[in-house]
Amino acid sequence: MYGLLWRAIPGPGWFKFLVCLVLIFGVVAVCFTEFFPWLSEYMPFNDTTVGA
Amino acid sequence: MTHAQAGHNVPLPQEVFPIAYERGPSGMGPRNARRPRGSAAPMRPVAWLIGVLGELLVTAGVVLGLFVVWQLWWTDVEGARAQSEIIAEMDWEGAQTGPATATEHRDPPPVMKEPPEAGTLFAQMFIPRFGDDYVKPVAEGTDKATVLDTIGIGHYNGTAMPGDLGNFAVAAHRTTYGKPFNQIAELKAGDAVVVRTKENWYVYKVTESKIVLPQNVEVIAPVPGVTKDQPMPELTKRFITLTSCHPMFSATERYIVHGELDYWSPVGEGKPKELMS
Repeated sequence: MYGLLWRAIPGPGWFKFLVCLVLIFGVVAVCFTEFFPWLSEYMPFNDTTVGA
Repeated sequence: MTHAQAGHNVPLPQEVFPIAYERGPSGMGPRNARRPRGSAAPMRPVAWLIGVLGELLVTAGVVLGLFVVWQLWWTDVEGARAQSEIIAEMDWEGAQTGPATATEHRDPPPVMKEPPEAGTLFAQMFIPRFGDDYVKPVAEGTDKATVLDTIGIGHYNGTAMPGDLGNFAVAAHRTTYGKPFNQIAELKAGDAVVVRTKENWYVYKVTESKIVLPQNVEVIAPVPGVTKDQPMPELTKRFITLTSCHPMFSATERYIVHGELDYWSPVGEGKPKELMS
């Protein structure tokens, strides 16, 4: 899977590596700003209120 | 000539773990002349499937680890920054008149109306036990996404407002999201919890701390401890109640701190002595 990705990126090795870094950063950013905040709503360990 | 033809009885690693060795060009296995470096290795479908499954599992593990980092560390970084920005934007410092110590009024205090809209900022909370510079914004409602995760302290809808007869009940995170009530377990009887609206200071004194179950809503009743089935006595006292999670990083119980109003003072008269350090 990741092997295919590596081969799909053109250019020399150092360029592939840079592109991968950018991709990883993008995925982490989306996780931190969109995915995790959404997911945390369904996690029970953040409840601080009584009732509800 | 292969090893098998050479008559070896002990299998070589690449015969036992053909998948690992077929994977590749990374230099792990023996360089194979038929598969030049960089070209797609012709893998058997099962081996390929297992490889992809492994990569997906590793990815899932990394994402879960990232979630923990985000929840325990990043929400705190963001929350603390957002909360201090909100305090700065409220810009209430100007309404005070210098370093004068506020007079302690013990008559019935003026009480503001409950904001109709959830998420409305209406107060600030100072707790000297949590540090001399501890101040957090208080907003209407206890919704996680709009108040507790983003603003800090949330006021239980329908409970008393600061200074009013009944119970001014608020909730906040004890861990993560700027953790306004991180040190809630350090509060002792007699500690000051100071609430400031735009016009007035309300100085409460802690009376007791306890740990209850999440369904024990009587802790935020107008008279704490009076359950729904019991008749509510006439309101004569002005309580405050802080709720947070317990134990830390869990949600099985709630940490509760009760207090009672000691005195109030208009902000124009100076600062309460509890906040003079």
